[in-house]
Amino acid sequence: MSTTSPGSESGHHDPHLAHHFENAEQQADSAKLGMWIFLATELLFFSGLFCAYAMYRANHPEIFIWADQFLDKKLGGLNTVILICSSLTMAWAVRAAQLGRRRALAILLTATLVFAACFLGVKGIEYNTKWKHGLLWGKYYHPHVEGAAESGAAPVTAPPAAAPDKAAAASDGTEIPPAAEGPAGLAPANAPAHEIPASAPKNVQIFFSIYFVMTGLHGIHVIAGMIVIAWLLRRTLRGEFGDGYATPVDNVGLYWHLVDIIWIYLFPLLYLIR
Amino acid sequence: MTSVNPPPPGEGAAAALAVGGDSYLSHAKGLRSWIFTLDHKRIGVMYLVAVLTSFFLGGVFALLVRTELWTPGRTIVSADTYNKLFTLHGAVMIFLVLIPSIPATIGNFVLPLMLGAKDVALPRLNLASFHLYVVGAVFLLAAILTGGVDTGWTFYTPYSVTTGTSVILTTLGAFILGFSSIFTGLNFIVTLHKMRPKGMSWFRMPLLLWSLYATAIIQVLATPVLGITLLLLVAERTLGIGIFNPALGGDPLLFQHFFWFYSHPAVYIMILPAMGIESELISVFSRKHIFGYNFIAYSSIAIAVFGFLVWGHHMFVSGQSGLANMIFSLLTFSVAIPSAVKVFNWLATMYKGSIRFDTPMLYALAFIFLFAIGGLTGLFLGALATDVHLHDTYFVVAHFHYTMFGGTVIAFLGGLHYWWPKFFGRRYSERWGKIAALLVFVGFNLTFFTQFVMGSHGMPRRYYNYLPQFTPYHQASTIGSYILALGFFVMAGYLAHSLIKGERAPANPWGAATLEWRTSSPPPYYNFEHEMTAGDPYDLDTVRFVSRAEGWVPATEGAGS
Amino acid sequence: MAEAHQTTGVHVVPLKVLVAVWAGLVFLTWLTFAASRINLGSLNLWVAMGIATAKGSLVLLYFMHLRWDKRFYALVFVGTLLFVMLFVGGVLIDTTHYQSQMIPGYAPGMHGQ
Repeated sequence: MSTTSPGSESGHHDPHLAHHFENAEQQADSAKLGMWIFLATELLFFSGLFCAYAMYRANHPEIFIWADQFLDKKLGGLNTVILICSSLTMAWAVRAAQLGRRRALAILLTATLVFAACFLGVKGIEYNTKWKHGLLWGKYYHPHVEGAAESGAAPVTAPPAAAPDKAAAASDGTEIPPAAEGPAGLAPANAPAHEIPASAPKNVQIFFSIYFVMTGLHGIHVIAGMIVIAWLLRRTLRGEFGDGYATPVDNVGLYWHLVDIIWIYLFPLLYLIR
Repeated sequence: MTSVNPPPPGEGAAAALAVGGDSYLSHAKGLRSWIFTLDHKRIGVMYLVAVLTSFFLGGVFALLVRTELWTPGRTIVSADTYNKLFTLHGAVMIFLVLIPSIPATIGNFVLPLMLGAKDVALPRLNLASFHLYVVGAVFLLAAILTGGVDTGWTFYTPYSVTTGTSVILTTLGAFILGFSSIFTGLNFIVTLHKMRPKGMSWFRMPLLLWSLYATAIIQVLATPVLGITLLLLVAERTLGIGIFNPALGGDPLLFQHFFWFYSHPAVYIMILPAMGIESELISVFSRKHIFGYNFIAYSSIAIAVFGFLVWGHHMFVSGQSGLANMIFSLLTFSVAIPSAVKVFNWLATMYKGSIRFDTPMLYALAFIFLFAIGGLTGLFLGALATDVHLHDTYFVVAHFHYTMFGGTVIAFLGGLHYWWPKFFGRRYSERWGKIAALLVFVGFNLTFFTQFVMGSHGMPRRYYNYLPQFTPYHQASTIGSYILALGFFVMAGYLAHSLIKGERAPANPWGAATLEWRTSSPPPYYNFEHEMTAGDPYDLDTVRFVSRAEGWVPATEGAGS
Repeated sequence: MAEAHQTTGVHVVPLKVLVAVWAGLVFLTWLTFAASRINLGSLNLWVAMGIATAKGSLVLLYFMHLRWDKRFYALVFVGTLLFVMLFVGGVLIDTTHYQSQMIPGYAPGMHGQ
């Protein structure tokens, strides 16, 4: 606990020091601890969605395996690399702020914003494709893509016309088509590479509900991050951060990296399902 | 430079205030100076006004519910209105009153003072927390004015997805209030880590601060899960995403898992600060050092942790699997242990103490009695076999009112009466304080004890109509609720009177040893004249009584650190 | 000033380290891509999660400075992860036991009890 008396350091002359803190270190530490705790809350906020994902995938692996064919892995991978680049420029920006290099800071913050915008752009393309093919969430799931035209897409209340044998088989428990059978793990152990079940399982819309909520909430956090980074940029252009005071940049950076980490997990979970 | 003993009374701020000098209340004038204040004391007072107003609103709903239940069938309102009344009573009481109550009101005011600090670590976040509370309250108010909600405060799907009432406004309000709560907790954690004074290691903190720390941990970890749950509910209603809707392949029990993962720890957000206040009151009013400090401190953390392990005990009859049922039942029994540890320590503190029955102590004693009943009845609900019969009956209603009202609210009232002189520099009428406490205690027990009996005889909760055999119980309960209301009106009366005409209070009217009593009542806006060094917060020999007007002052032999 | 410090004397991460971490992250992204093309059965998920965790650790330790910061921040993060696992674990334990029985044919991927 730093409890040096006020006035013994540059405390009173430090324009960044708030009156209720003893010294700059206490203030910077407090801000950083506050941000880490906020990140913890963000983690728990997303945990509900990861939990829903885990629950539905564990209990209905066939849905996830089937739906994965509609996600463009290349675009997902591209977005992952874009966010990683934005994390680099953000961490670099923190370094620039710590060294008092305002011009570099402004450039790097702008670069981060550009990468973030690209991420949203790619997301927009993906969302648009899904919209065109009717691959939306819950009650709006009306697919018209080759391979998903099976009426297995209909909600469970209407028995799927294309898979009457599945419904009957499931209720008497004797024979379940291999497409729907999930072994102990979360991916079919014996399915050859890239085999997609011949007919769609029931309730595929659940996957898309989860997909849109998870990527949507993540996207909202990207937008929020962009707004805050733009605010930092504005402050930089107005002359701040030339003296090595980097706390706001540092802490916004922490937030941004968490947004990156969440995507690092979303990518394989949503795009690389086998 | 650093002094253990602040200037004796008669000098400095204490004297200045005694003759109407500058305090945090008079420091800056005008509405804007309050709405945009960064002073934790003003924020605490604004929260107090807001929470008490919400308590009044929730209480009105309660009286309407109890009045309707005077007779079977319709008494004053229709069944639909009745559903809305109990839902709103629950939502208002939980989200606007109980969750913020102690941390945001007493906690905000007292925590920095107990640390000898000038403010919390993040004062702007503190103000943001209050503003969010107001916004959330406006949403709830909007929900009430647009016809209310009838889902029960628990918003279970699928009904909450299909009902035509103002679910979205209510859930958005609760979502915003959740962030208010998170920010308060975040602030307290940072403040306690970073701003403890010289001499105050973790194990020299007043126990109220331990309890606020444990509470803050829960606030920070659990509330975001409520946030995502409510967001998903809004998405279900507006977008039809279907993850809780069986018609779209979803699982309604998943909602319950999500909801209770927050809402069970939430009840520990409510009770832990109450227990913290309890430790302060019992020690001071028994004139004795708290017994078993370490045990009480550790048990606060234990309650916070264990509280996360038991959420499934709300879902025993909802379709939860047998395996999960057994695990949660077993874990539920373990949660009682740290609470019991605290009760034993408080009783041991009182043993051979010199007990004074001032109003705060009456509430502290009532707490032990009422919370013990509440806690013990939880065991019946935690056992699977008995829960099958008692779930969704009035037994549950009585259980949680004994813990949340008989626990949290009673301790809150005790804390309010204890710190009132510190907040406002005024004493209240001790005589009327005791009368109100008696009315509240009698009214409370009459209202809720009958409900244990009713519930065990099978009276279901949330029911508008009931069998005639339950009428005497309901009527006794309703009479009790009116006695309770009377007690609160008396309380409002003498507290308001004290603000206008109350006797001026000295810095330390009760003879406590924690740091907030070493500055004037009310404190100056900068809190302390000198940098404070902490001693043992329960060493009551460090103060001695002078007179009623001057209260207690530091004993000349500095016992301190 | 190549190694200037901010007012509180905090460590500044060298640029080389940042770029190296970036390169590592890009490589691991390619790796997870490649691993997903190989059929490893039920291991695929765990390999993917393992690689994601490695990537996340790089971000945490270097970009988010945990390697040089107070241990407490790492404790906050890891502690939170434990609570997330508690939450997900609890829900999984329960749902995997009742979902197959909830509605016939609802969970054809699970063997009923």
